Amino acid sequence: MATRRQGPAPRLIFGDLWEFDPAPETADPKLQARYDLFIGGRFVRPRSGKTFASVNPATEAKLAEIALAGPAEVDAAYQAAAKAFRPWAALPGRERGKYLFRIARLLQDRAREFAVAETLDGGKPIKESRDFDVPMAAAHFFYHAGWADKLEYVAPGRAVAPLGVVGQVIPWNFPLLMLAWKLAPALAMGNCVVLKPAETTSITALKLAGLLQDAGLPPGVVNFVTGAGETGALVMGHPAAAKVAFTGSTEVGKAIMRQLAGTDRRMTMELGGKAANIIFDDAPLDQAVEGIVNAIFFNQGHVCCAGSRLLVQEGVAGRVVAKLKARMRMLRVGDPLDKNTDLGAINSKGQLATIKRLVAAGVREGAELYQPPGALPPRGYFYPPTLLTGVTQSHRVAREEIFGPVLSVLTFRTVDEAIEKANNTAYGLSAGVWTDKGSRILRLSTELKAGVVWANTFNRFDPSSPFGGYKESGFGREGGRQGLLDYAYLA
Amino acid sequence: MKRLPVTKTPKVYIGGAFVRSESARTFPVADASGAFFANMPQCTRKDLRNAVEAAAKAGPGWAKRTPYNRAQILYRLAEMIEARSGELVESLVRFGAHAPDAARGLAVTVDRLIHYAGWADKYEQLLGSVNPVASPHFNFSVTEPMGVVGIIAPDDPPLLGLLSMVAPVIASGNTVVALASETVPYPAILLGEMLATSDLPGGVVNLLTGFRRELVPTFATHAHLRALYAVAGPDDRRALRLGAAASVKRVRFAEGGRADWFADSAQGLDAIRDFVELKTTWHPIGS
Repeated sequence: MATRRQGPAPRLIFGDLWEFDPAPETADPKLQARYDLFIGGRFVRPRSGKTFASVNPATEAKLAEIALAGPAEVDAAYQAAAKAFRPWAALPGRERGKYLFRIARLLQDRAREFAVAETLDGGKPIKESRDFDVPMAAAHFFYHAGWADKLEYVAPGRAVAPLGVVGQVIPWNFPLLMLAWKLAPALAMGNCVVLKPAETTSITALKLAGLLQDAGLPPGVVNFVTGAGETGALVMGHPAAAKVAFTGSTEVGKAIMRQLAGTDRRMTMELGGKAANIIFDDAPLDQAVEGIVNAIFFNQGHVCCAGSRLLVQEGVAGRVVAKLKARMRMLRVGDPLDKNTDLGAINSKGQLATIKRLVAAGVREGAELYQPPGALPPRGYFYPPTLLTGVTQSHRVAREEIFGPVLSVLTFRTVDEAIEKANNTAYGLSAGVWTDKGSRILRLSTELKAGVVWANTFNRFDPSSPFGGYKESGFGREGGRQGLLDYAYLA
Repeated sequence: MKRLPVTKTPKVYIGGAFVRSESARTFPVADASGAFFANMPQCTRKDLRNAVEAAAKAGPGWAKRTPYNRAQILYRLAEMIEARSGELVESLVRFGAHAPDAARGLAVTVDRLIHYAGWADKYEQLLGSVNPVASPHFNFSVTEPMGVVGIIAPDDPPLLGLLSMVAPVIASGNTVVALASETVPYPAILLGEMLATSDLPGGVVNLLTGFRRELVPTFATHAHLRALYAVAGPDDRRALRLGAAASVKRVRFAEGGRADWFADSAQGLDAIRDFVELKTTWHPIGS
């Protein structure tokens, strides 16, 4: 009788055994060499004539020149929006809704083109822009389209009315999706919008401007002004704004709140996070490991609600970390346009430097670094998936938002300790819980101070599900009935 | 020589297929001028039972579709109807509707479908609830579709009335067996053809033409119909209620006259609420 081999079977590591053939997405993103501002339904050049470059972070090649909006252009955008507001708000809800349905459908029609453009401009893997960003953006338009003729149901017992012109500033991690989160509820409610995309990722917004023209959206209802922080401050600070909505870092959010102190301006703030992802010893560990990977490496960790603090129950910590390391070796870092790529490019040179700086601080403070073997592409801004073990609560990598593919691992023994550690942060955007016990999930969701709690899943989003933070992660919600209410007066 | 037009044999849309009545019976329909137009299937109670079977088969799959998917499918149906509105308006005018009125009715019909497309992924947020019980339990109530719903549409307006009743019922995941207008059945035949080319799975909506007096008793008593939604006079109402009592069917009657179907008040959450069950779940909150 043959003797059975002792020990576990050798682990199959894909990348070690064979190379993947490249599988690039080849759809035409239909980019222009230059993009102008979108004001009053037309593309206009800024008075200054100034532009800035949008760069493909995977190749460092310039993709397009983007117009830089100064005070005159931001003002013109607000004037166009103010002019459009009365007739837009006066439209019957069902007619406003039809515009949003059109936008949703036109975006679905051109989904692949937008996905490629998003990946080129922002660096995210094509499988994410294709399967998540663009379809989810269309879904947000579709969902909110259906609210436009049902506004009397949004706040039972109260009449709702639009606010007026809304100023919105969005980040670079989900350019088109954040734009949809901002535009769709504002428009459904009858507001007009002046929106500034992030300076590294303006292209899909300006492509969408053309789509809005195709949809026949009345001029001035939506205006896009592009630029960096100064343009953003102009949009947030403009006196004609009835409300401002910001998604970005807590630091900038605080600056906007200071800027607007004394104006009684309405605000929505969707800011940073440092989510705890809590793994209990009864959790299905293989599933949990997939969840951990998704929680921190989705979109290179450029996710405000990323599960960047892994809290593992002590008894299974060794096994979880070992499984995680093995899983990380299978992650493919590289060309964002390759359909097999798991981690694309870091969005910008500046962000790459931030990530490197914080990881170095973590190592200096005593954390142990693990990065799977494998070469990064020679050009472009890339960073490998990174695990920091032996992290304590006082480490910077456990407190500060890294906004990159870097996971800090901490351990706990009891449920109470897990809750205490999870809540020991200035942030409160999201949290994850992995356990087989339903009652424990509900206790955690009751006690975690976070706006979204994912149980045995992570990074799930839906237009019908309100998203937003506690504490320094901001206030206001996006999605669902609650999100609509943030764009309404209650009479 | 003048070309002789080819006339169409109207067939009803049941289980995703176009069929004649199993009885082989038809009834002649004349246009507004009194000229013969076509022979309509005169569906029997056996056809009704077949349709209920088809609807029951389609039910679980339809109910499992995500609300977003149902919303998109209803929206797609609206797209199909808008694109073929000329044909539908013509069919309404042929049987006596004034042209502007028919066109307006069709616009309202499309908008109403879109209204309910919008509801498909929203009604749960208004009809369901999380309940603050006085014990450490997470307690929530969610709706579920009832199953197969029988619809008896008004004679007039034939298309707007029918779709105003069908849309809220299928939006929540029910499937439908509907009896079309007895006096102007042809638009429902056309509707069947549009349903077939929309993304709506076969069997979700089944349309019958025929005579109320023959079919009302079966609508009333068929035990697999979990609810009835009808436009009916006093005698039919009593018959439907009596039959419904035997299997505790839910019954909703649409009130009002012809003009009321055109108003915004003819649409809304109530029609959805009446065709869903409510389920409450308790779960402990603990360590």
